[in-house]
Amino acid sequence: MVSAVFHSPLETSVAPTAPTDEVATKSVAAHAISTGATDLKGIQKPAKAATPSYDWRGLWLTVLPPVFGLILLIGLWALVSISTSSSIPSPTETFKQAVIIFSDPFYRNGPNDQGVGWNILASLERVAVGFGLAAAVGIPAGFMIGRFEFLSRMFNPLISLLRPVSPLAWLPIGLLVFKGANPAAIWTIFICSIWPMIINTAVGVQRVPQDYMNVARVLNLSEWKIVTKILFPSVLPYMLTGVRLAVGTAWLVIVAAEMLTGGVGIGFWVWDEWNNLNVKNIIIAIFVIGIVGLILEYALIKIATAFTFEEVKS
Amino acid sequence: MEKYIEIAGVEQVFKTRKGPFCALQNVNLNVAKGDFVALIGHSGCGKSTLLNLIAGLTLPTQGGLLCANREISGPGPERAVVFQNHSLLPWLTCFENVYLGVERVFGSASKSTGAPSESKAQLKARTDAVLAMVGLTAAAQKRPGEISGGMKQRVGIARALAMEPKVLLMDEPFGALDALTRAKLQDELLEIVARTQSTVVMVTHDVDEAVLLSDKIVMMTNGPSATIGEVLSVDLPRPRNRIELADSAQYLQYRKAVIDFLYTRQAHVEKAA
Repeated sequence: MVSAVFHSPLETSVAPTAPTDEVATKSVAAHAISTGATDLKGIQKPAKAATPSYDWRGLWLTVLPPVFGLILLIGLWALVSISTSSSIPSPTETFKQAVIIFSDPFYRNGPNDQGVGWNILASLERVAVGFGLAAAVGIPAGFMIGRFEFLSRMFNPLISLLRPVSPLAWLPIGLLVFKGANPAAIWTIFICSIWPMIINTAVGVQRVPQDYMNVARVLNLSEWKIVTKILFPSVLPYMLTGVRLAVGTAWLVIVAAEMLTGGVGIGFWVWDEWNNLNVKNIIIAIFVIGIVGLILEYALIKIATAFTFEEVKS
Repeated sequence: MEKYIEIAGVEQVFKTRKGPFCALQNVNLNVAKGDFVALIGHSGCGKSTLLNLIAGLTLPTQGGLLCANREISGPGPERAVVFQNHSLLPWLTCFENVYLGVERVFGSASKSTGAPSESKAQLKARTDAVLAMVGLTAAAQKRPGEISGGMKQRVGIARALAMEPKVLLMDEPFGALDALTRAKLQDELLEIVARTQSTVVMVTHDVDEAVLLSDKIVMMTNGPSATIGEVLSVDLPRPRNRIELADSAQYLQYRKAVIDFLYTRQAHVEKAA
């Protein structure tokens, strides 16, 4: 243990120098004779051997601030709890309650009393269906609007008119048309997630660099190759941004929609616990909604970065 | 002398918001097979417009262009273009970028020459060979974002050469590179062109580049309504060596002729509009 503590400052001072050496050798090798590529490998090896020294300070900076943030949140929460003489439950009580709830997330005692796991799954299912339908309609629609000026001029005013409307305003229409709470909630999700997908896909199609299309023309590529090798890959990052925005909005809206429609779902659960005056469960629900939203967002950012490539600098 | 590219009475007018803009007027030029022709002139003189016309990316409003006695009515792989900003597809590796063109040209049976379609292994061998020619075998599996600007431009040249074009069209191919990398690529291009006996039309704004590489330098007058001012034949023996040429009286004379045209007779006047 002691040796590890003594070693760490030395290692951190070594670590920053190693990467700069590597960069220098790389750039030298790149500008050297083309056969220098074999030398490049030889030079890089010793530099790589020096890098495994662990970057403790970096770890410190990534772990400590979020921990402090969390402590601040819990501290404020505890203060509020004390000052309201525990009408807002304290963090410890809530934690104990959370342990009880999460020890059995998948119980069923009738339609209005189900485990938190079922509620989350029900909400996710609605989001998935509504969102999936929106993607199935919105992405092709975005491609068409981006590709054809006429359609763009035709639909842009409609989109501008309808996009600012709160998705919940569409809920009564959904209830009327589909005659059921569940399809109405899905309809609401569909409406709120379709706009970012249409708009982002259309913008992506409009921004395919003319250079790439010229390459396609000079190489005389087939329509299929143009779509698969040029259009789709260059639109993909825009499309994924649309998907990410759509999922974020959908997850925001589902809670509100379920409060109104009832049934099973995390939003209904919040409302139900409010009717039971069970504030601990409401706070737990807030954390659960936040964490699920965070996971959805993170997963989509990971997917998006995997498909994003350096744009050509003109 | 065999005429390979014939440009006759070409005029190019663009429609702009301020009304028609005449970029080129009455352009006549013949390029022989195996010639290296440089188009030089001040910016805005329509060099790139003329190259795009030869490439078939745009069509002239007047006049006609022929390549090997066939009218140029659109772009095609027999007139490969090396773009100014390399225009590699960033989601494909260097190999895949080159392979895309190779597959299109040699992957299906050719109607004009009757050549049968080649197997995947043959297509791959072609791609590897051309990458080796530009010295990029080691970087074949890298994406354009991971290599230097000079290497990207080499992939662009490899992609064009791999299609075995009748004419290689280059639009300021080395304009975005630093002087050292540019010199190195010019030397490589000289060597490749000597080996492949390609017909090349290159747009440049670099006098030394034009004299070093070309057999003919086409000097263009200032736009709008630009045309060809003068064609200078460069009769320097090949292979050319930039160090030997630096003291050559003949080289300096050609250089002076181009500079004289550009800076004395076509002194660039900034447009008032």
